[in-house]
Amino acid sequence: MSAPNKQYDPVEVASLSPGEITRMRDEALAAVAAAGTLDELKAARLAHAGDRSPLRLANAEIGALPPGARAEAGKRIGTTMRAVSQALAARQQVLEEERDQRVLIEEAVDVTLPWDHRPPGARHPVTTVGERLADVFVSMGYEIAEGPEIEAEWYNFDALNIPPDHPAREMQDTLFVAGPDGGRSGMVLRTHTSPVQIRAMLTRPLPLYVVSPGRCYRNEAQDATHSPVFHQIECLAVDEGLTMADLRGAVQAFVDAMFGEGLRTRLRPDYFPFTEPSADVSMECHVCRGASTRPGGPACRVCRSQGWIELAGCGMVNPRVLIACGIDPDRYSGFAFGLGIERALMVRHGVTDIRDTLEGDVRFSRAFGVEA
Amino acid sequence: MRISLNWVLEVAGLDPDTDPAEVGRRLTAAGLEVESAEQVGHDIEGVVVAEVTAIEELTGFKKPVRYCQVSTGTGEPRGVICGAVNFSAGDRVPLAQPGARLPGGFEIGARKTYGHLSEGMICSAAELGLGDDHSGILVLPPDAPLGADFVQYAGLADHVLDIAVTPDRGYALSVRGVSRELATSYGVRFTDPAYADLPADVAAVSDQVHPASIGDPTACDRFVLREVHGFNPAAPTPLPMRVRLARSGMRNVSLAVDITNYLMLELGQPLHAFDGDRLSGPIVVRRAQPGEKLEALDHVVRELDPDDVVIADSSGAISMAGTMGGLSTEISDTSTDLVIEAAHFDSRAIARESRRHRLFSEASYRFERGVDRELPLPVTAKAVALLAELGGGTAVPGCTHAQVDVPQVTITMAVDYPDKVAGTVYGRDAVLRRLHDVGCEVSEASRPQEPEAASGTPPGRVVTGTGANRYQRPDHGKHDRSKQMLAVMPPSWRSDLRYPWDLAEEVIRLEGYENVPVRTPRAAAGRGLTERQRLRRTTGRSLAWSGYVEVLSMPFSSPAEFDRLLLPEDDPRRLAPVIANPLNDDEPLMRTMVLPGLLRVLLRNIGRGFTDVGLFETGRVFLQHRNGPRAAPILRTDRGPTVHEVATLEAALPEQPLHIAAVVTGERELDGWWGQGRPAGWQDAVEAARQVLRDNRVPFHIRAEQTPPWHPGRCAALFVQAEEGQEWLAGYAGELHPRVITAFGLPPRTSAMELDLSVIETAAAALGPVEAPAISPYPVATQDVALLVPESVPAAEVEDALVEGVEHSEYRGLLEGVRLFDVYTGEQAGPGRKSLAYTLRFRAPDRTLTAEEITAARDAAVEEAARRLGAALRGAS
Ligand SMILES: [Zn+2]
Repeated sequence: MSAPNKQYDPVEVASLSPGEITRMRDEALAAVAAAGTLDELKAARLAHAGDRSPLRLANAEIGALPPGARAEAGKRIGTTMRAVSQALAARQQVLEEERDQRVLIEEAVDVTLPWDHRPPGARHPVTTVGERLADVFVSMGYEIAEGPEIEAEWYNFDALNIPPDHPAREMQDTLFVAGPDGGRSGMVLRTHTSPVQIRAMLTRPLPLYVVSPGRCYRNEAQDATHSPVFHQIECLAVDEGLTMADLRGAVQAFVDAMFGEGLRTRLRPDYFPFTEPSADVSMECHVCRGASTRPGGPACRVCRSQGWIELAGCGMVNPRVLIACGIDPDRYSGFAFGLGIERALMVRHGVTDIRDTLEGDVRFSRAFGVEA
Repeated sequence: MRISLNWVLEVAGLDPDTDPAEVGRRLTAAGLEVESAEQVGHDIEGVVVAEVTAIEELTGFKKPVRYCQVSTGTGEPRGVICGAVNFSAGDRVPLAQPGARLPGGFEIGARKTYGHLSEGMICSAAELGLGDDHSGILVLPPDAPLGADFVQYAGLADHVLDIAVTPDRGYALSVRGVSRELATSYGVRFTDPAYADLPADVAAVSDQVHPASIGDPTACDRFVLREVHGFNPAAPTPLPMRVRLARSGMRNVSLAVDITNYLMLELGQPLHAFDGDRLSGPIVVRRAQPGEKLEALDHVVRELDPDDVVIADSSGAISMAGTMGGLSTEISDTSTDLVIEAAHFDSRAIARESRRHRLFSEASYRFERGVDRELPLPVTAKAVALLAELGGGTAVPGCTHAQVDVPQVTITMAVDYPDKVAGTVYGRDAVLRRLHDVGCEVSEASRPQEPEAASGTPPGRVVTGTGANRYQRPDHGKHDRSKQMLAVMPPSWRSDLRYPWDLAEEVIRLEGYENVPVRTPRAAAGRGLTERQRLRRTTGRSLAWSGYVEVLSMPFSSPAEFDRLLLPEDDPRRLAPVIANPLNDDEPLMRTMVLPGLLRVLLRNIGRGFTDVGLFETGRVFLQHRNGPRAAPILRTDRGPTVHEVATLEAALPEQPLHIAAVVTGERELDGWWGQGRPAGWQDAVEAARQVLRDNRVPFHIRAEQTPPWHPGRCAALFVQAEEGQEWLAGYAGELHPRVITAFGLPPRTSAMELDLSVIETAAAALGPVEAPAISPYPVATQDVALLVPESVPAAEVEDALVEGVEHSEYRGLLEGVRLFDVYTGEQAGPGRKSLAYTLRFRAPDRTLTAEEITAARDAAVEEAARRLGAALRGAS
């Protein structure tokens, strides 16, 4: 390391001699080259290119030279100072690069460390799958309609062509609401979402395209596939000229949207008092696509190797229902189709025990995240 | 319903080798869902008809044991040990020879037992898969051919169809009904077994038969009695009949009872046999008298309801009509004079009766679903003929026949109506053919009259007139393509066919649902989700992203739970609707809050090892009217309800607002490598509530409140700002009351919130779309102020004062934001006081604020806080 020359006498013009300038330059370049750190380089810059450095001081002496010698000396000093400055800059860049490399390594962290300050939240799949099902209909132009869960019997049964004392009422084990003095209230916990159909027909203008998701209740024991509290979603279309062909089209469009294109759907006769004709809807198994039914085919858990999965019930709105809603059945016809949201969960997500949907175990909801 | 496939094929006139799987597919496609077709009899091998030639009673054992010699007609007789004693030498019996196989894979060998070599086994009915009768061995008729293979001889090789018959199709609860559908499907001609082999004088009445009359024509419209005298009560039931009954799960009782059951299975008409000697006086069908009692065949004495239909003689009620016979007139093993009854009862009356007494029988099941009104005459004729043939005795000629005139149903339908329903073209021939297949009589109808009024009255209407239940379909020009109308008379067994759409369904069903075309839907003109529906999804997502897990809980509650929640006796949240028949007697109420169910779910999760949890649930709660429950009327259904009628229904329903609740416990922020976590507390619950309100974009206020089940010092009430300065209570949030926490067994400091989303959504729906802010490019000026206020002053009020102080001054619009950054209580604040430190951010839309303006605006804010709340600027003297 070199240091400023304290013995230097500015009065002596000898400092501007070519030999002296070469010596200063060599000292400066040697100091720059010797600087191993940015701090050492900073010291070298101060000593050899700073205001008090020999070169700067020598430069200040130029005025003391005879005028004829000034130009040459100035040129000589200028060239030397540029050379030192370039050497400093080059060395600065080298040392900075070295510094950056080292610091990045030293500052490295374990980026795989968790930062889970909060346990994760989630939505319930009955909610999210229900929304997804509803959205399929909404995208077809249906609107979402809702209704109360404690419902008048007239909405839940009579208006839907389920008369008192009819076996169809007994198909749906009903939870009844107690009335005044413990007597009959004419109200039930709705056994299906179909009363929302009646409400929609009574309150909305025709034509009518609605979908109604919601909670339903039945007085039945809980097991892996039955729950006294469950959810349904059903659509209702009432318009001029609707036929069973339109119903089949809507069913197919629904399955295409929910389970992917190319799965066949099948309607088979069934009975619901509020539709006629009535049908149950099956779709081709979306997992094995029927392969499990072929000889030697792989077994399929989803369809129990049947090739078809029962999905929904549907039918043409019984004109008696239209009449009960004050709709002219000669001008309008309609179709309805509905399914259990838990059923959809079982088919689409492999839920095997319906009780999981009502227990509230956080593991169940968390598995589905925020959108199922 | 379980039924023998052999029997169905025989009656349908089909080949006995028809593929059972194909039969199942075809019946299912026709609407009779075959749930299973179980193969039977295939698992029996090596059982032959044998004769018992000698019996040696072995003594010295705890139970009777016989060593029998049995012969199969060839070779030497074999010795077989048998424990049953219901047979004698000379009887023919089914013998399982060594090497035989019985149902369940049970193999028979020769083995040494009771000191003898037993070379096989003599079989009981149960051992051959014919019911559960183990009491004795199955004695065969003397003409059973020795050595014959028993499976072949008894016709055991069969399939049992299990058919799920829907409630509208009572006719299918019989071989007759199922076979008709099958014959139609295979396109073979069907011969109705009800009318096969009947005497010509089937309708002849006779005063030699026990007299009967119909006392209540609304209960019964046909009642038929016939008699058999000199019947042998010990006569056995023929084996084929036993086998068929067993296939339907029916026990072999006695010949008389077996014949009535057999005919019911075959034709669908329930029959009852009375002991003629135990009847006293003429029979009448009537409603029960008040206080009348009857002991039925199940030995239960029931008090009858005046709505019950009974069959009575002069001694009183002797049978619950269509449901169960009475004990006093039951046939016994000594009855020789039998009175056979078949009737057509009102289906709804029988449905009520059977449900009222929780008495469900094969008969009531069928009557509820509709029995062919024309069957009683032919079926009783068949019954007495069979009883006489198989049980000896003689059938008394003629019958007693009481009946009420019932109008014939005629349905008028445009021939193209099924086309209109299905969206295809079947054509006239197909429609007529299908209606005939069903059993309808069809003729051309004259064109219907134009409706009296073109609109206003419901055009679909049932005209009940003399002798006709006629549905008229006015022509609105919709059926111009074919003006042709059909007059259709449904068959007597199809009481479910009443309207044109019932007929259309028959045509479409028989033509095959698979042949209905698929029409791609046209998009309807929907408006998408409503604002409320959109916000509800946002709310749920927002809480989920904040670490709350959505769950569903059972929405039931109880008074005990209200006690645990510390609700006072007069709390409106105790006004819960009561369930008349609750799932669980401990929870007879509907919930009035979501929170308690959520607490139960929380406990379950804690029990399963999830102690640091936030949960939320959205759902309806139910609030009874203050003056008690109301009753909703049952409106008529032959027209639309009036506005007033709808209002009456709605007024009876309890309030059912949508609530959202959240609960949080344990560590809200977890301990980790970063250091200490933070326990969940009241702040989290209140913040969750704030978050819901913010997501719904409604302005709101928070105030301290005291209400159970919350901690009285840590409970916030949240109010949404409705228009015109109104405030609506949205709900509460905070830490739960320590006594509630103890009562539920929750971890200390568990905190919760519950908000009424219906209120919030209503307030939100009144708001328009968000108005975009003007973004000022000028610099911000911040001012920190520390205010000393009494400790009881809520921070929210101080902040309100600061904001309003600026807003009501000439510096309105300059305060961009206020943020509380420090709360200090201690020596320097002075006793009973606290210091609240705020950063005020000022910015003007159109200029850089001057130092003077900023100071003056800050002073306006502080002055208002001082005026309202006695706040003093800290550090100021
Ligand atoms: Zn599959």
